[in-house]
Amino acid sequence: MPDEPLIRARGLVKRFGDFTAVDGIDVDVHKGEAFGFLGPNGAGKSSTMRMIGCVSTPTGGTLRILDLDPTRDGPAIRARLGVCPQQDSLDPELTVRQNLTTYARYFGVSRRTARARAAELLEFVQLGERATSKVEPLSGGMKRRLTIARALVNEPEIVLLDEPTTGLDPQARHLVWERLFRLKQQGVTLVLTTHYMDEAEQLCDRLVVMDDGKIVAEGSPRALIEEHSSREVVELRFPDEALDAVAGKLDCLGERVEVLPDRILLYADDGDAAAAEVHRRGLVPAGVLVRRSTLEDVFLHLTGRTLVD
Amino acid sequence: MAHPTLAVLEFNLEGYRRTWRGSVLSSFVLPILFVIGFGLSVGSFVDAGGRLGGVSYLDYIVPGMIASTAMQVAFGESSWPVMSKFLWIRTYHAMVAAPLRIADIVGGDLLFILLRVVSASAVFVAITAIFGALHSAWAITVPLVAGLLGLATAAPIFAYAARLEVDGYFPLLQRFVVIPMSLFAGVFFPVESLPVGLRPLAYVSPLWHAVEVCRSATFGTGDIYPIVGHLGYLALWVVGGFWLARLSFRRRLIG
Repeated sequence: MPDEPLIRARGLVKRFGDFTAVDGIDVDVHKGEAFGFLGPNGAGKSSTMRMIGCVSTPTGGTLRILDLDPTRDGPAIRARLGVCPQQDSLDPELTVRQNLTTYARYFGVSRRTARARAAELLEFVQLGERATSKVEPLSGGMKRRLTIARALVNEPEIVLLDEPTTGLDPQARHLVWERLFRLKQQGVTLVLTTHYMDEAEQLCDRLVVMDDGKIVAEGSPRALIEEHSSREVVELRFPDEALDAVAGKLDCLGERVEVLPDRILLYADDGDAAAAEVHRRGLVPAGVLVRRSTLEDVFLHLTGRTLVD
Repeated sequence: MAHPTLAVLEFNLEGYRRTWRGSVLSSFVLPILFVIGFGLSVGSFVDAGGRLGGVSYLDYIVPGMIASTAMQVAFGESSWPVMSKFLWIRTYHAMVAAPLRIADIVGGDLLFILLRVVSASAVFVAITAIFGALHSAWAITVPLVAGLLGLATAAPIFAYAARLEVDGYFPLLQRFVVIPMSLFAGVFFPVESLPVGLRPLAYVSPLWHAVEVCRSATFGTGDIYPIVGHLGYLALWVVGGFWLARLSFRRRLIG
């Protein structure tokens, strides 16, 4: 892309004592893009987001945001960012509207403009009818939408969203996705972290997969799938059989075979052909499912299946 | 454009709009109870003893009580509320994501406490004036001295509250610092009545210095230099406390 990226990191490092949370990452985020940081817990996503939000000082490398230096021009950058944090930080005793108007004042927005903008944003996140209710009784989805609205009171150029739909029910998640998509259409640059693959596929034009503080893959969701997984996956279930023994008979079928406790995954470009070959080799699976590869396959392949706590 | 510190003050006032009735009521009721409880009833015994010379006990304790109330309002507003804005409501985390500086956040919250303390003390002054406990027009400066004491109390507690991970320490602070200070820092009896070894504890406490200045004001007595000294000492607590609070807030919010 010819234009200067809004966010540019080179060799960005964040250390806390001996622990390296972010280990030399390069990132470019361009105007109008929806950019995602994916990774398991502790991969360094939130530390990266905090540095971009200018509330954490990089330990090493360079970071430019909106062509400014975050260590020197923090307030000037933050004036043009919107931040939707992972944990709610709304005031439970103020009303829905007051949460927006008081926050707008931190950006030097006049009272009058703050009220007008609050009304507009509450319509946008479908909370118009709750304007005068307190925040405390709102559902998790409503609070998250209100937090997103609050992140927009200064008409930001970049919106940072740290796990925007974690903990929400499916209806609430879809509503949040739809609103974020609308924002993107309006030309707002979105930067988000998530560990939901469907969220990344829905929202992100481009993403990086982080593991252990490093970037292990980068690209559009489609390109990542093409690069790191087969086109299709065959899921095979066998009744009461040692799956390892079965897997031995699947040699050279597809690109890769993965044995899980309850099933075998066969990564192949033509899933139906691979499934037919399984039967031809005399194996009788109790269940066969041929599906397309997803980002989740890529993610688990790159970051492993081991649980990270 | 309003200064960002004022935007933080505005946030506090917006929240106070819900609870102001209760707090205004108590700032009227408290002085009346004090006047009746300590001034008139205990005072009749003390005055009968004649230990204070020609000064009535009520008149003696009123300036001290105003200062001690100021300290307690400041303690109340800077302890649990500040900790909850870090731990539970996460107000400060939201603020620091906006273009506010740490000094704006600490400053805005302290301004709110200043307003609370000054207004509560002004009510106290007005009510005790009605009871005839004030003897000089200088009494009008008492709310400002109380405000200075409020900041001298709140700023270091801000620094302390910003470092806590669990509540449970404030009751200790209250039992071992705030209450002993209100008992022994010259509010109810002259510090000179304390054993010599204990007096320095009263002299280092900000409360004693504020009590001395308030008492000079309500009686219209006292020399200028001691008063300047007392005010300077309180100002040191404010400046030092503010500096520490900024440090603690920064450590907690920006990592």
